[in-house]
Amino acid sequence: MERLHWVWHRCLQLISTDRRRGWYSPPSSLPPKSSLDAQDPLVQRLSEKRRVVVSRCGPHHAEYHSFSKGFQDNSIRTTKYTLLTFIPMNLFQQFHRAANLYFLFLVLLNWVPVVEAFQKEITMIPLAVVLTVIAFKDAMEDYRRYHYDKRINNILTHVYSRKHQRYVERRWAEVCVGDLVRLCCNEIIPADMVLLHSSDSNGVCHIETANLDGETNLKQRQVVRDLPQQGSEFIPENYSSRIECENPNNDLRRFRGFMEHPGKARIGLHSENLLLRSCTVRNTETVIGIVVYAGHETKAMQNNSGPRYKRSKLERRLNMDVLWSVALLLLMCFVAAVGHGVWLNGLQNTIFMIPDDTHPALAAFYMFWTMIIVLQVLIPISLYVSIEIVKLGQVYFIQNDLDLYNPVLDTGVQCRALNITEDLGQIQYLFSDKTGTLTENRMLFRRCTVAGTEYPHHENAISLEQYEAQGCGDADHSLTLRSRASRKSLSCKSLSCNRSSVSLNTLTAESDTHSVHDTLRRHTPGAFSSTMECAVVPDPQLQVKLSSLSSPMCSSLRQETAEISHILDFFLALTVCNTVVVSSPTQPRHVVQMPVVRTPLRSLEEMKAMFQKLSLPRFPHSPNQNTDTPASLTKKLFSRGRSASYFPNSNPQTPIKTPQSPTTPSGTPSSTPSIPVTPALFSSGAWGEDVEDKQQAKDNSADESESDDEDEAEELLYEAESPDEAALVQAAKAYGCTLLGRSPEQVLVAVPGTGPLSIPLLHVLPFHSARKRMSVVVRHPLTGEVVVYTKGADNVIMELAEEGEDGFAREVMERTQKHLDQYAREGLRTLCVAKKVLEEQEYKAWLKRHEYAETSIENREELLLESAERLETNLTLLGATGIVDRLQEEVPETIEALQEAKIKVWVLTGDKQETAINIAFACKLLRPTDHILMANCDSKEACEAQFHELQHEIRHVTKGGASEDDCSSDCVLVIDGRTLDFALQKELQGPFLELACCCRSVICCRSTPLQKSQVVRLVRDELKVMTLAIGDGANDVSMIQMADVGIGISGQEGMQAVMSSDFAISRFKFLRKLILVHGHWCYTRLANMVLYFFYKNVMYVNLLFWYQFFCGFSGSTMTNSWVLIFFNLLFTSVPPLIYGVLDKDVSAKTLLELPDLYKSGQNSQAYLPSTFWLTILDAFYQSLVCFFIPYFAYAGSDIGVFSFGSPINASALFIILLHQVIESRTVTWIHATLLLFSVLFYYAFVLLFSITCVTCNSPTNPYGIETKMMSESLYYLVCGLTTVLALLPRILFRAFCNTVCPSDLVRAQKMERLSAQDYSSSLRQWRESTAAQRHVPQNLSVNADMPYLTDCIAEQGAVLS
Amino acid sequence: MGKKQAGTGPLSRRPDNSAFKQQRLPAWSPSLTAQTVLPTFYILSLVCLFLGIWLLITVENTYELKVDYTNAGTCERCFEMRKHAIHTRTTCTCSVNFYVPKTFSGDVFFYYGLRNFHQNLRRYMDSRDDTQMVGRKNNLKAPSSYCAPFDYDANGVPIAPCGAVANSMFNDSFTVRYYPTKGPEVQVPLYRKGIAWYTDKNVKFRNPPTNNTFTLQQAFEGTIRPLYWQRPVYELDDTDHNNNGFINDDLIVWMREAAFPNFKKLYGVLNRAQGPFTQGLPAGNYSVSIFYNFPVEPFRGQKELVISMVTWFGGQNYFLPIAYLVTSGLILVAAIVLTVVYVKVGKKGKNMEE
Repeated sequence: MERLHWVWHRCLQLISTDRRRGWYSPPSSLPPKSSLDAQDPLVQRLSEKRRVVVSRCGPHHAEYHSFSKGFQDNSIRTTKYTLLTFIPMNLFQQFHRAANLYFLFLVLLNWVPVVEAFQKEITMIPLAVVLTVIAFKDAMEDYRRYHYDKRINNILTHVYSRKHQRYVERRWAEVCVGDLVRLCCNEIIPADMVLLHSSDSNGVCHIETANLDGETNLKQRQVVRDLPQQGSEFIPENYSSRIECENPNNDLRRFRGFMEHPGKARIGLHSENLLLRSCTVRNTETVIGIVVYAGHETKAMQNNSGPRYKRSKLERRLNMDVLWSVALLLLMCFVAAVGHGVWLNGLQNTIFMIPDDTHPALAAFYMFWTMIIVLQVLIPISLYVSIEIVKLGQVYFIQNDLDLYNPVLDTGVQCRALNITEDLGQIQYLFSDKTGTLTENRMLFRRCTVAGTEYPHHENAISLEQYEAQGCGDADHSLTLRSRASRKSLSCKSLSCNRSSVSLNTLTAESDTHSVHDTLRRHTPGAFSSTMECAVVPDPQLQVKLSSLSSPMCSSLRQETAEISHILDFFLALTVCNTVVVSSPTQPRHVVQMPVVRTPLRSLEEMKAMFQKLSLPRFPHSPNQNTDTPASLTKKLFSRGRSASYFPNSNPQTPIKTPQSPTTPSGTPSSTPSIPVTPALFSSGAWGEDVEDKQQAKDNSADESESDDEDEAEELLYEAESPDEAALVQAAKAYGCTLLGRSPEQVLVAVPGTGPLSIPLLHVLPFHSARKRMSVVVRHPLTGEVVVYTKGADNVIMELAEEGEDGFAREVMERTQKHLDQYAREGLRTLCVAKKVLEEQEYKAWLKRHEYAETSIENREELLLESAERLETNLTLLGATGIVDRLQEEVPETIEALQEAKIKVWVLTGDKQETAINIAFACKLLRPTDHILMANCDSKEACEAQFHELQHEIRHVTKGGASEDDCSSDCVLVIDGRTLDFALQKELQGPFLELACCCRSVICCRSTPLQKSQVVRLVRDELKVMTLAIGDGANDVSMIQMADVGIGISGQEGMQAVMSSDFAISRFKFLRKLILVHGHWCYTRLANMVLYFFYKNVMYVNLLFWYQFFCGFSGSTMTNSWVLIFFNLLFTSVPPLIYGVLDKDVSAKTLLELPDLYKSGQNSQAYLPSTFWLTILDAFYQSLVCFFIPYFAYAGSDIGVFSFGSPINASALFIILLHQVIESRTVTWIHATLLLFSVLFYYAFVLLFSITCVTCNSPTNPYGIETKMMSESLYYLVCGLTTVLALLPRILFRAFCNTVCPSDLVRAQKMERLSAQDYSSSLRQWRESTAAQRHVPQNLSVNADMPYLTDCIAEQGAVLS
Repeated sequence: MGKKQAGTGPLSRRPDNSAFKQQRLPAWSPSLTAQTVLPTFYILSLVCLFLGIWLLITVENTYELKVDYTNAGTCERCFEMRKHAIHTRTTCTCSVNFYVPKTFSGDVFFYYGLRNFHQNLRRYMDSRDDTQMVGRKNNLKAPSSYCAPFDYDANGVPIAPCGAVANSMFNDSFTVRYYPTKGPEVQVPLYRKGIAWYTDKNVKFRNPPTNNTFTLQQAFEGTIRPLYWQRPVYELDDTDHNNNGFINDDLIVWMREAAFPNFKKLYGVLNRAQGPFTQGLPAGNYSVSIFYNFPVEPFRGQKELVISMVTWFGGQNYFLPIAYLVTSGLILVAAIVLTVVYVKVGKKGKNMEE
């Protein structure tokens, strides 16, 4: 039934002249052109590079058609073909392959009368079969795509209809550009729309882009500013603005354009205004948008790229050998041609010859081409098809491996590149990212330093360890997450989504569709850290200091005051300076909107005291003011930072008279700090109606004691783009600085001593990899100053922080630096927090230029970057945090196994040197006995000198050390980003690689994404090795793409890495089985299959060649041409496929236990040039036996041509099949069945042919031949002898080798045949012997947090560098 | 690559834990070590030895006699005559004497042998039309293009049977005489029919339909005999009317192209019904008189009469028994070497592992 639909659909598509395209045509090939456009110069100009969108229902609907002529509607078609175009299109595409062209060439050659060798139809068979197989495969894929398209196109959405004056349900496919679409919470966005209206009073809408980029956090989108109808009910009819925007492109993060209102006012549109197709609307009741891009023009579809194509190493080798086969073919044809010429020359015109005046030389030339047709099978063309099929099978088994399945995330391994499975078995260098790859990338706050004082957080460390001990890799843990997830998804269902159970994944062509449950569950561990994990146990000392802020009795020492102010600022910065979105688990994906801040429920007196504190006039720079009552303390604290960093008299005349609290939510910054501001109390009507929220807010404001934090931890969930942010917010929360809510204009924060405060958010300067920091500009809630809080990488912040005149700041910096170094040694991720107080004028000056940057359409990004840099100067360092990132489970074991497999593991990380080294120790990349070679230098010359020095050192070390045989076993090179820059320059590449080769491992720290990919390229190209890159983040993408095999870890940092990878796994530990077992298997299987294919073809074709010596090189064959063609195509084609998919030389267990076995793949042992030629030689021998034994057995008899071919074919079949049995390491019932099937198929075919074919195949009819031959005993005698004699050398060779000098693989196979006890004992023995070769101490357990190690490293570093 | 339905369970995408999907199928692994291979080798060697000896004994009791008459004896004259195409029509007979040293007991087969005649040339082989020979009326007068240039004669009359193969049919005929030590000479009686394959004679080659009034000659009307032939196809055998046309045994035998340039084709089988031939062909003096028609000089070929006994596996052929014996020896040598290696090295290696 569905197939019928498909057919119908295809026909419709063909008839209709719409312009929906498949993905194969470039999007730019369709310039919107129409006669109407041409008449209107404006339209014409615009249509060149912009598109104009007007509402379909608004007052402009008359113009609508003229504008939207060339726009596509929202239906998508990812299929390549239609029913009628399938055949021509598919053929056209298939003939792009060289192999098929070769076939075509043969077919055409056979049509030339003088060289015709077979009947014309027969030469077409191979081509037809190959084309059919591939066409069938393509058709199946296309059919699946069609189904997927249909499902997507038929999803319903609400579109405003002018006719009905209301929103009506319409299929996605019917949505057009200019339509007004209304979406509810949890609905999926059908097309790219400009957001016009949101039920949110702030004009904000949250979307989840997991379907696009896998990022699970919510992203904010903003209603177009200054829309006339904002706030009130949106009336579609009145919407008359006109949108001009770019033509469709694939940049997800960019959208430029403007909206022109009827009054000719123009408003810029940015990507914040755009809702992207296939994202999901979250936590917003309803949104209304106007469609600007639809269907294939949406950004999601434009980003939809097909599967990746890489050529594997084995395939390159194979192509080489195919060329050799061609050479062999040409040689054979040449021999035949010359032979024919000579033979003809020696004959006069005889009675049996067909009268022919052709000169012998010319006849020889013709014969050359005839022979090419006859011997065409020599080129293993079906090999390419077979390899494709085999790889599909291999991928199938990899994806079905239970050991690579992660039950926590419910994901297995994902093979995105289908054709490089065997490359996994040949890896020599592995480049790994650190964060998220080796580690969990689940950031936990560990300790911090504020104002130069270190707070070790010992209890926190203990609780972390406890958690790790109980939760890591534990089933309970996953269960916790699961239950949370299910609860969430349930409540989500109850909310409002009744139709959104189809989650769209338009980005991946594989169309992985899961239910909302699925999607949500997958995200659970990502965005939300489990409660237990996030709980930070506060440091008592710090807590005491902080609490002194709210308590009235407090020391009034200046130093102390400064410190406390720093502490408060520090926590405020942690709370505010981020992009964390708050949501509550009871309302999943429903961000907690600024909870209603009602009158704080403290006693009135308290409140008064607080306000009193704040309302005191401010004279920040008079020292005598510092000695006041505790009441003024808080305020003073906030002035502190400013006094430290600004000229004393820049702005002294603006005392704050009114209580400082959140400004109006207008979003426009107030011009002076003294502007009257509304109290920190909002009318309850303005903020959401949710009772729960109110209740929660009540809770929040009611009590700020730590006991309440426990509750809050469950009430609030923080979703952050990077896990660090969430960790820091959690940490701040532990100290009472709780982030309660966030809107574009303000942040609601609970600060100890003040209660919930709304902090006006003036600007957010988001994180940028070039700046390595982010900043927020806020109006301070208490002082009313404009404050910049900056958080970023320590080296960057340290550079930007100003030393300051007073010793305090300098001291803070020095001490913080010391603490930072210590943190790094402990393997903590460090972040520095700084602030800056802006003068109003300064701020205004900056604001002017910033606004210009924001509104500019061209170069917006660059200008914004510049603007941010201008602001982030002269910072005051507040403190630094240390975040722990735990190692993933089984990482040390995996790395150890990989190193045993002689894979060089390099770690490329952006982290600090000390952090990197520590992690390297933790994951056993480094051993305590290793010599660490540090390469840090500032200039190229120094770098060169250092390389020489290090090389000298290596020589020294290895000479003195125990292991002379393998110099690489003891040295590890640690190189930093700057030195790496020099090392990557042309002149130093050589010394660097030389050095790196001598080291067991290399750790590159502080490296940029570009450097990562450069390193990979350098190693790959210069050392000619197989490289694998593994990473999880966007910064690893270039590296992943550069390497021969790219592996993405689907982890916390979105899907970019996965999208660009060849294989995606969810944990680092899976790499072990993926590489050691599947890689090994895939490689050996494919290599053996390829060799077998070559063997098979050479062996069979040579039979025909030998016959030429007895038929005057006339190109005749002793085999019926059908059998000849089918022999390779049908009779002997299936067993090799099974051999390629299922053969298993060594069991998975042994391969995992003995990583040494992996070496065979690295050295390409299964498929060396020597093995290729040996195989060819064996094929020659076998064909000689297979031809000449029957020849001599029948010589001088009355045997006919085709009768002679019969025993030859039969014995060739037996030889070829038995050869495979000899070569394969496993024979399961599948193998046996297929082998038997092949034999039966052959006999069934020839017997049927022999019984029925009287005149079916003129001029050579095999009628009666096979039956006659098989009735003679000679047939069996010949076949038996031939088979035995042909296979004898190979059996002998194998038996001899396996007995005298068994390879590791053979030894492993033998081992497996032992009993369980013997097996384990011999396994132990083996490991001991290999370990003895390496002189390596085993069983060293190291923990990242162990302090003794850091000392050890420090010592070694001091010694060596 | 079945796309799994998004299940409802928490582990919906968990792969099946089946032996097939987890690649744990029970398997036999053929391991080729001395240990496993040696028994097979010894057994195989014995089997080959036995077969070799058996075959050798059989072949020892099989005799074959070849009488090359190309230019032997009186045939010299005919040989010279056939060099020139002008004498094609003149008949030439000659005879050659030969001696049979041992009695050929049992069935005795008479073959004509040709040397250096390439019946297996591609274009020669293809130059035939089986649809014509199967007796279809339509095809009779419309020979296939494969037959070109032997499909129509110069006047455009279709040739039957068409093609180079039929055209070059061997057309010498033999009369063998036995000269017993006492008594008059005896013509050796031969069965000239039943020498073709049953399937060929009954299915593959059929005459155009005839009946009592409609003779074979009439059936072939409108066609012409092949250019080199002296008689039309319906008059190939004067002695037996049922052996004419496409179902003529000699034609059928000829039409099955030989695999090699040196071949023999069955001419007749000794009729052991009477006289001295009941036990086979007795030893003694013989002569063969030949209607010498077939020219071999142009391709430097030779013609011979082959008289042979046939055993259960064919004629006299020493190759196969010797090949079996040699193979047996080879396997034995290999097995012994392997045994030595195994005893010296293999066992040690095994011990080391255990």
